Amino acid sequence: MKKILLVGNPNVGKSALFSRLTGVSVIASNYPGTTVEFTKGHLILCGERDELIDVPGAYSLSAQSPAEAVAVNMLKEGDIVINVVDATNLERNLNLTLQLIEKKAPMVVALNMWDDTKHKGINIDVEKLEKSLGVPVVPTCAVTGEGIKELYNRLASAKAGAIECEESERWSKIGEIVSEVQTLSHRHHTFWERLGDISIKPVTGIPIALITAFLSFKLIRFIGEGLIGFVFEPVFEKLWAPLMMKLSSVLGSGFLNEILIGKLIDGKIDFVESMGLLTTGIFVPVAMVLPYVFSFYLVLSFLEDSGYLPRLGVLVDTFMHKIGLHGLAIIPMMLGVGCNVPGALATRVLETKRERFIAATLMAIAVPCMAQIAMVVGLIGKYGAHALALVFGTLFLVWVILGVLQNWLIKGDSPEIFVEIPPYRLPYFGSLGKKVWIRIKWFIQDAVPFVMIGVLIVNILYSLGVIDFLGRILAPVITGILGLPHDAVAALIIGFLRKDVAVGMLMPLGLTMKQLVIASVVLTMYFPCIATFTVLVKELGLKGMLKATLIMIAATFIVGGVMNLIL
Amino acid sequence: MDLAQLRAGQSATVVEIRGGMRLMEKLASLGIMTGTKIKKISSQFMNGPITIQSGNTQVALGYGMAKRIIVEPEE
Repeated sequence: MKKILLVGNPNVGKSALFSRLTGVSVIASNYPGTTVEFTKGHLILCGERDELIDVPGAYSLSAQSPAEAVAVNMLKEGDIVINVVDATNLERNLNLTLQLIEKKAPMVVALNMWDDTKHKGINIDVEKLEKSLGVPVVPTCAVTGEGIKELYNRLASAKAGAIECEESERWSKIGEIVSEVQTLSHRHHTFWERLGDISIKPVTGIPIALITAFLSFKLIRFIGEGLIGFVFEPVFEKLWAPLMMKLSSVLGSGFLNEILIGKLIDGKIDFVESMGLLTTGIFVPVAMVLPYVFSFYLVLSFLEDSGYLPRLGVLVDTFMHKIGLHGLAIIPMMLGVGCNVPGALATRVLETKRERFIAATLMAIAVPCMAQIAMVVGLIGKYGAHALALVFGTLFLVWVILGVLQNWLIKGDSPEIFVEIPPYRLPYFGSLGKKVWIRIKWFIQDAVPFVMIGVLIVNILYSLGVIDFLGRILAPVITGILGLPHDAVAALIIGFLRKDVAVGMLMPLGLTMKQLVIASVVLTMYFPCIATFTVLVKELGLKGMLKATLIMIAATFIVGGVMNLIL
Repeated sequence: MDLAQLRAGQSATVVEIRGGMRLMEKLASLGIMTGTKIKKISSQFMNGPITIQSGNTQVALGYGMAKRIIVEPEE
């Protein structure tokens, strides 16, 4: 079995090419650095099953970033290299190509984004380029699939290149090659290039960012509500509820009925309040939360693959430095709004340990996930925008204040931003779909089982009287400081497992608006759900997580206590 | 004149990159080095990052880095 490596700069369509060659898709994204974790696939070459490895994007082999260090290490084990080159950026990309040639690895060059060269007025003589480099060169377009077959056919004729040059002469050698093979014709800026430029200038960019945020929010709600109203609720009400009622009458009144179906409310199943494994346990994650998680990641991944997020990162950079991060940290934060787990994983793109700690704690404490947002909106939306603004405004304020405090207290500074701004591109729907799927898979994997376990534990703890007992013991804290009834302690316990179920448990308690607002804020802040906690322990280490936990508990009681006093 | 002082929309040639090898290597891997022609696309308020274009590549870099890149503006 041979090892074939896919090597190239970030943003050259490497991941899309990878999914074309293997048929197994991976995360393909438009901002540098996401593929720090590499991906493997298989392809059949000359009757043999070979391994194709998507090497993290690298601008050079000098190992400046962790991703580049990984790339250099992987090269030592590869048998054939497919060097993916952005044909619209030939000069810059050849820098890596020449470094690969110096390594004497058998290689093929894929001249990707070939279709873009036409409207960018770039003309490349492929045959001449092939001669100068001494390796096969194939024009490709991963998005449309053009040239993929040819690339595959020529893998067998991969060979070591013919260029020898000193490091100091490399750029002049590149200049020579480019002037020989490439001709540029004059052309006007396209609409997308103009849009790219005005969306990164502050005067026009900030309004564009606000409009984008507003439209994204509308679109997420529209898709989420549409799915719930027209698909999930009808299915549960018309098909699932009658089935459960039948099951309930078969089971009779007993422990099993109590666990599986839960309490009947006015003789009917109430999917939110019944608290049965097969009623609330399935309805909450599937019909209330999943549609929003899906629509959120669909919209966010579209923005990501189109190339907008690095521009947003630049616009918010100055502000993010105040909280000890730089602009690109906005990306893990936004991912965390869908589900904190992929958000916590994405903090890896940040350069220093300090940044990763700040970003992870801020996310775990003050960024509610979609599961929780959907439930909070359902719970206190009836009090109007004012009540929602109190919850989310408080969380935002906590996010800022905790960030400023950590920036001030933790030694070191935040590194400056340095990022390539890719041109706007229409996302390749194949890799967009796969990416959304990978992201919601986290939610489906974790949410459904944990919600069911959560519901099961609530039932058991209630019937054993544990909740009552804990409620009485913790009453001084829960009631004294936070002003919540001691029943709320059950929700706080379940919040360790799932925040959405926990918020749902507040519903039958008959809380006042003030209590609901405080409970929603406290449930967000006091501890991450178990799935996020597991990831954070891995990312921060046990000691880091312990520190983070102390910050969480302290912040929760201060914020909850203050809200109880002033609201 | 350094890159931070250049006006948005103005073109210039890089004449010197002051600062460590790290910055020079970072820039070089994106094709930006002494002698490269660049165009400043934008700068942000309050000494925020600066975006430049060289060829078909756009890069955003921090204000501190921009201060260390000396350019000769085109008339």
